[in-house]
Amino acid sequence: MTAAAAADAPLIGVLALQGDVREHEHVLQSCGVRTSRVRTPDQLAAVDALVIPGGESTTMSKLAVDFGLIDPLRDAQESGMPMYGSCAGMIMLADRLEGGRPDQQTIGGIDMLVRRNAFGRQVDSFEADLAMPALDGPPVHAVFIRAPWVESVGDGVEVLGHVESGPAAGRIVAVRHGRVLATSFHPELTGDHRIHEYFVAMVRDAG
Amino acid sequence: MEALQVPRGNPGPASFYTARVRSPVSANVSSNADSTPQIGTSRVKRGMAEMLKGGVIMDVVNSEQAKIAEDAGAVAVMALERVPADIRKDGGVARMSDPDIIDGIIEAVSIPVMAKARIGHFVEAQVLQSLGVDYVHESEVLTPADEKLHIDKWQFTVPFVCGSTNLGEALRRIGEGAAMIRSKGEAGTGNVVEATRHMRQMLGDIRRIQGLGDEELFNTAKELGAPYELVREVHDTGKLPVVIFTAGGLATPADAAMMMQLGAEGVFVGSGIFKSGDPAKRANAIVQATLHYDNPDVIAKVSRGLGEAMVGINIDTLPESERYAGRGR
Repeated sequence: MTAAAAADAPLIGVLALQGDVREHEHVLQSCGVRTSRVRTPDQLAAVDALVIPGGESTTMSKLAVDFGLIDPLRDAQESGMPMYGSCAGMIMLADRLEGGRPDQQTIGGIDMLVRRNAFGRQVDSFEADLAMPALDGPPVHAVFIRAPWVESVGDGVEVLGHVESGPAAGRIVAVRHGRVLATSFHPELTGDHRIHEYFVAMVRDAG
Repeated sequence: MEALQVPRGNPGPASFYTARVRSPVSANVSSNADSTPQIGTSRVKRGMAEMLKGGVIMDVVNSEQAKIAEDAGAVAVMALERVPADIRKDGGVARMSDPDIIDGIIEAVSIPVMAKARIGHFVEAQVLQSLGVDYVHESEVLTPADEKLHIDKWQFTVPFVCGSTNLGEALRRIGEGAAMIRSKGEAGTGNVVEATRHMRQMLGDIRRIQGLGDEELFNTAKELGAPYELVREVHDTGKLPVVIFTAGGLATPADAAMMMQLGAEGVFVGSGIFKSGDPAKRANAIVQATLHYDNPDVIAKVSRGLGEAMVGINIDTLPESERYAGRGR
């Protein structure tokens, strides 16, 4: 835990329906912002921005629907709330989804087609370095766990990173569309805070 | 830190990448910069469990049950031959599921599929890895295959979850390569009392170790029968180095919520769902109660009209030979 964030620092919510919520909170706190967990529409209304963690996207989507959170999430997004999703969070932010459940709903926000479980099963989960020119410094060490990838993006979507080697070389795994950011991988698991810092800068710019 | 090839005798699925096997001591050390994809690392094994947190993992014996579990919002399903309540009822040796059944379950759902192997039965684990299951559960609920040794889990690309009743046991399993821990509880009883005991024991042990002086840790490691490096890590961080779920006797939404309030990071439900009157509804209710574990209004709402819970067994009436938690310490 780092020192308390300034009282006027942005308040970034972490969608806490399921998944690695705590890891995102820790990284965000070390980036100097305040955090809170979002499980209800009221909690969503109180935050300046939202992180959607890794987890099981079908469970997250179902719980968002069951507890009346999916429409408030879409409304928040349409009204310009910055959002960042890792892995399952990327799926939640996709306008189009392949390999999901037939009834699986997403928030949307990024004009892209995402393929769920694209790299294979857990035995194919991997870690590797990849270049992200939008960030300063060395390559990002990316951890992919039953991860999705981006099949295709529409106009206006900025591609921030690709897989560099192996059979999935060239696949898109990091994107930004306006105020919405998504990665296939889990920067919250590696101790490299640059992607969260990049998102916090997006939030500060939007504010 | 050394990168090793997948060892001999490991018939993992024809995978694209080089496996990296790590020792427990180096498990938390960042890997060196490398753009060559590496599979089977501690980070992807333990990270997989992180992604299941706050979720419910449900025992299923066939693809129909697996679909019901997925529809209800399970984060994963656990394939086994018979649910624990039936193992207790029918007796006999309980083993890994038929590979056809596991294939059917993998085919039927898109969520992660776990499967049980007998304690010490490394060949069942090799088979499960070759089938492509996402997590192997080396489980005391099945009949142990080795009275002394657990599986050397570092030799596998697939991650393992193991049961524990106290911190020493949990750290021994992690030392052997387990990437996730669950309380043992007493599976197939529908009685949560043993899960409560084991969760309180493990979390209490962790708090106790946090308060110890550095010089006391060597002796504590000896007393716990656990690797010193892992005792040291628990002392420094105040938590296990892997995710801890609860299991063993949970039957109601309130049981799940109680375990979450005690400090579990997620829930396994075995017989409690498919031995109840309305499995789909109960499964969904347990998922919702696990999310809103600290909100009694939600737990009350989802607990209504679930039909009959599984009957349940009082642990006091269970002979020692039929208690699973003592298997594989």
